[in-house]
Amino acid sequence: MNTKPLIRIEHMVHGYMMAKEQMTVLKDISFEIHHGEFVAIIGPSGSGKSTLMNMIGCLDIPNEGSYSLDGQDVRCLSDNRLARIRNEKIGFIFQNFNLLPKLSAVQNVELPLVYRGLSQRERRTLAAAALEKVGLQERMHHRPSELSGGQQQRVAIARALAGNPPILLADEPTGALDSKTGEEVMHMIKRLNEQGHTIIVITHDLGIAEQAKRVIRIQDGHLVEDRRNDQ
Amino acid sequence: MILAQSIRMAVMSIVGNKVRSFLTMLGIVIGVSSVILLVSVGQGVTGQITSQFSDLGTNQLTVMITGRGAVTSLTAEEVAAFSRVPRVDQVSPTISSNVTAKYRNVHTNVSLEGITASYEKVQNFHVQSGRFLLDIDNEYRQKAALIGTETAKKLFGADNPVGREIQLNGTSFQIVGLLQAKGTSLSGSNDKKILIPLSTSERLLQSKGIQTFTVTALSDKDVASVKTAIGQILDRKFLRAKDAYSVFDSKQMLDTLKKTSGTLSLALAGIAGISLFVGGIGIMNIMIISVNERTREIGIRKAIGAKKIDILLQFIIESMVLSTMGGILGIGAGLGLTWLVGQLTALQVGYAWNMVNISFLFSLFIGVFFGILPASKAARLRPIQALRTD
Repeated sequence: MNTKPLIRIEHMVHGYMMAKEQMTVLKDISFEIHHGEFVAIIGPSGSGKSTLMNMIGCLDIPNEGSYSLDGQDVRCLSDNRLARIRNEKIGFIFQNFNLLPKLSAVQNVELPLVYRGLSQRERRTLAAAALEKVGLQERMHHRPSELSGGQQQRVAIARALAGNPPILLADEPTGALDSKTGEEVMHMIKRLNEQGHTIIVITHDLGIAEQAKRVIRIQDGHLVEDRRNDQ
Repeated sequence: MILAQSIRMAVMSIVGNKVRSFLTMLGIVIGVSSVILLVSVGQGVTGQITSQFSDLGTNQLTVMITGRGAVTSLTAEEVAAFSRVPRVDQVSPTISSNVTAKYRNVHTNVSLEGITASYEKVQNFHVQSGRFLLDIDNEYRQKAALIGTETAKKLFGADNPVGREIQLNGTSFQIVGLLQAKGTSLSGSNDKKILIPLSTSERLLQSKGIQTFTVTALSDKDVASVKTAIGQILDRKFLRAKDAYSVFDSKQMLDTLKKTSGTLSLALAGIAGISLFVGGIGIMNIMIISVNERTREIGIRKAIGAKKIDILLQFIIESMVLSTMGGILGIGAGLGLTWLVGQLTALQVGYAWNMVNISFLFSLFIGVFFGILPASKAARLRPIQALRTD
């Protein structure tokens, strides 16, 4: 395991203005995540875990505290640099898949590579490899609407994998799936972790959290528990 | 992001919304096609007029006499005297009227012109068979006539009119020549005419004196000096009375006509340009709707690494593709309509190829210009907010 942390969050505070009232959602959160970890961030709805995910995913910048990702301080980066970090360091897996409906599976998987500026040929090779990893090489040219929910989520995982980012960030990855396909997707995520991918799963489902190697519990904006699952 | 990819995505999103895209493009299609059609017809008509004028040459002066007091015309001798003005080549007086021409039991109304032999050279109007009128016809007031092709056809059908006798207002004339077909010019049809000697026409129409005559100068450069000299003679004759005569030189008239038709086509193109502008606003409207509808897509793209510029370009390219597709369709429709106008009407059309490039570039510009606002709206969206919308 790499000794330098992949993610280091120190005294992170973040809030929004809601109806002219300051709402502090994250209150002094600090933790580190290292390469190869499989972390579940859990907490009831409204606990601030989605905001934390936005922070980890560089979709938003904390008001206070520091966040360094792969040795880079995120707070002082421009929008364009943040976009590049999202593109290169993070693979997003969303609850409702967030595939573009008018693109085929392989085109969806290629999308992050398009923004990275790779050529058509390189993109196709990497995207096909990623789809093969999730077992969907047969369905490359299907549109999302022609795929089942589980298959769509696997396309989304392939999209997250395609650019080979160090972190896979999954927000309720099984939330929109029935329990059987949810299990399959979790099985795939576990396998990816075994292959060396660092995985962060945001969930309120304790069953999912139990499959992770480490669980961080958030409540009312505070980090209330950080434990390792012994397996 | 790679340009080809953006264009492909733009085309896909346009094709995915066929009816809407077509209706959006329609404004540009109508704008561009009307620019092309109007300018083409304008150019054609201008060209037609110009060629008629240059057919006559630009060394002509046309003098019209309105006179002063009881003297409202010049005598044939006075007009003939103008040929002694320095640098004058030909003088061609005309008397015009309408008469009834009759052959056996066929009647027709024709325009009659009393002319001299110089008419042939000045008007560049020749006979195709028989002979032209000669000076001697004038001298002896011969009842000889030249006949235009259409009038000949009306009176004689397919028969050769040369040598036959016709009645003009009851007086017998012998046809000595059949004129060439010349078509319609500014002064009406040239083929529905009968030409007779000037002296004969004065008697036939019972009107003495000449009110219109054409003078040709030896060359274009002499037109001004001849004009001045004629003016001086006429001023002396009419004691400097105001508006006693007017002199048109063909070059001046041509310039005026060109200017007028140029202004007219500019005004028409301006109106068409306004419709292009309105079409652009339509595109902007649809692009704003499209950005709103695709907020989530924008969020996804941003989350996986699209920069502001990528999103900006995507939407600008989409609006550009929309407007240039409209432009290309409009160019096609405009040229098609121009062809149709050329086929269905007597108008001569000149295809406005110069407008093809201009309108293509203009529609491209409209796409960029009206795409900027919606595209920057899209580019400014914050990814978390965009992802949260459904």
